[in-house]
Amino acid sequence: MKARTVDKIATGIIMAVAGFIILLLAGFLAYIIVRGFGHISYDFLTSPPQTFREGGGIGPQLFNSLFLLVLTMMITIPLGLGAGIYMSEYAKPGRLTDFIRLTVEVLSSFPSIVVGLFGLLVFVNVFGFGFSLFSGALALTVFNLPLMVRITEQGLRSVPREQKEASLALGISKWKTITSVMLPMAVPVILTGTILASGRVFGEAAALLFTAGMSSPRLDFGNWNPLDPTSPLNPFRPAETLAVHIWKINSEGIAPDARDIAAGASAVLVMTVLAFNLIARWLGRLVYRKFTSSR
Amino acid sequence: MARSVEREKRSKHLTEEWVGRVYTLICVGLLVLTIFSMVYFVASKGLSTFFKDGVNPIDLFTGVKWAPEGEPPLFGALPFIVGSFSTSILAALIAAPLGFCAAVFIVELMPKFGRKVLQPVIELLAGIPSVVYGFVGLSVIVPFFRDIFPGQGLGLAAGGVVLSIMILPTITTIATDALAALPAGLKEGSYALGSTRWQTIYRIVLPTTLPALLTGIVLGIARAFGEALAVQMVIGNAPHIPTSLFESASTLTSAITLSMGNTIMGTAHNNALWTLALILLTMTFVFVFIVRWLERRSKV
Repeated sequence: MKARTVDKIATGIIMAVAGFIILLLAGFLAYIIVRGFGHISYDFLTSPPQTFREGGGIGPQLFNSLFLLVLTMMITIPLGLGAGIYMSEYAKPGRLTDFIRLTVEVLSSFPSIVVGLFGLLVFVNVFGFGFSLFSGALALTVFNLPLMVRITEQGLRSVPREQKEASLALGISKWKTITSVMLPMAVPVILTGTILASGRVFGEAAALLFTAGMSSPRLDFGNWNPLDPTSPLNPFRPAETLAVHIWKINSEGIAPDARDIAAGASAVLVMTVLAFNLIARWLGRLVYRKFTSSR
Repeated sequence: MARSVEREKRSKHLTEEWVGRVYTLICVGLLVLTIFSMVYFVASKGLSTFFKDGVNPIDLFTGVKWAPEGEPPLFGALPFIVGSFSTSILAALIAAPLGFCAAVFIVELMPKFGRKVLQPVIELLAGIPSVVYGFVGLSVIVPFFRDIFPGQGLGLAAGGVVLSIMILPTITTIATDALAALPAGLKEGSYALGSTRWQTIYRIVLPTTLPALLTGIVLGIARAFGEALAVQMVIGNAPHIPTSLFESASTLTSAITLSMGNTIMGTAHNNALWTLALILLTMTFVFVFIVRWLERRSKV
């Protein structure tokens, strides 16, 4: 066969495959949203789930997911920033640093179910936090920390070297240089990365099955005392998140409309993740423009 | 007077610097401590199957019968190991050609459309929660397989297809980066010699980027290997080695997910599940080292 004919055939095949992928992805997203959208209503988003009857909602689960996200980020961000700053600014090239880098890489590729088991053993049993939001948040921190470290490193590396050197030349201490010169410039990158990481936390289920638990106690949304066991704000209560709920009703749901609830909850989850993505892109651009006064 | 102010300023600077150093060091220390305690705890739990419960490691790795509550209890983990490897390799076999074509499309054929539309959508796919993949698999792929193939539709094939969509972003992103990073001179040289686009891709681009492409595939397999819920929902969870792709099977992760909540800490059954987790952990290390090895190759 002539080389030109082969070229045409190969190009055609690649184009066809690309078209197939686009159709597949579009169909996938459309299926989730179209299938679930009809089931979403104010009532669905706010009412508690039903075990045997129809008409259960996902109110507590949605709240748990958001609350868990906030808790996780409150622990992850300071730790991840600190470790990222160390890796990019303080670590001297050498064996030890290479070793820490390998550690971070390994930690980031651990299966989330193994992280969940570790959480079950250490946070739930050894530290005695029980099946609780707090154990879940710690497990998600373990799962998310390597990503946060990488984001921080990337952000700090995007700062021009002259800026850092100018600050150091003025006699400002290294720490002050990092916190008041470099970090503000790195904010766009770090912010975008953090929001994307939040999307990952929001949808994570495997690490939570055995740490935050698979049940949600009866919550009293009028009670905002964080120490009360029925208060939604109590971090030491068991909590089922939205992603865990989807898994549970798909594998053992006995309500007659379990499939519809799963579809509705999946649509909510996917739309939230989409929103996180869009916000991350938009906010990143906005902040970048603000901080660098470029257009 | 002036001197003491100077000294005060200096000491303030030093404290500041010291605080920063200690704080970041503590953060990194925690990170390293976490991974060590993770390996330690999982290993000590997982190895107690062999040391405390007296299960022969050879029986565990080659036994085909998993009946931990039976009389006598049998801990043959081979069905799970086979299930995990076959679903993740099947997923890679489907996703690798798709990902390569998508990357060629994005970099070589239609860069504008590819970068603006295809790439963001594929990246978006990476952020979709795994339970949603499981749900779509259960409500679309499983019924589809049930209609055209014998069996219930649940099985290795359904697991492999769901996983292949999940790892497509990983493979595509890495392949795209690799193709885009190729020095332009290589391609231009090939075109100048009169080769067609396909000849250039097949003879120049593919061989030079092969280590990077393989890195993407290994990372994809690693992700598929550790994925728990999406697979558990579509694979059927029968603890035996299936004879066909459309027969119910199990993976390491699905076995852990299903039974961990129903067993009591310290029992032989529970410890055996930790052994499965230890196998997962060990495989993670293996994957990381393969990736490192490939990355070293691609730099040369």
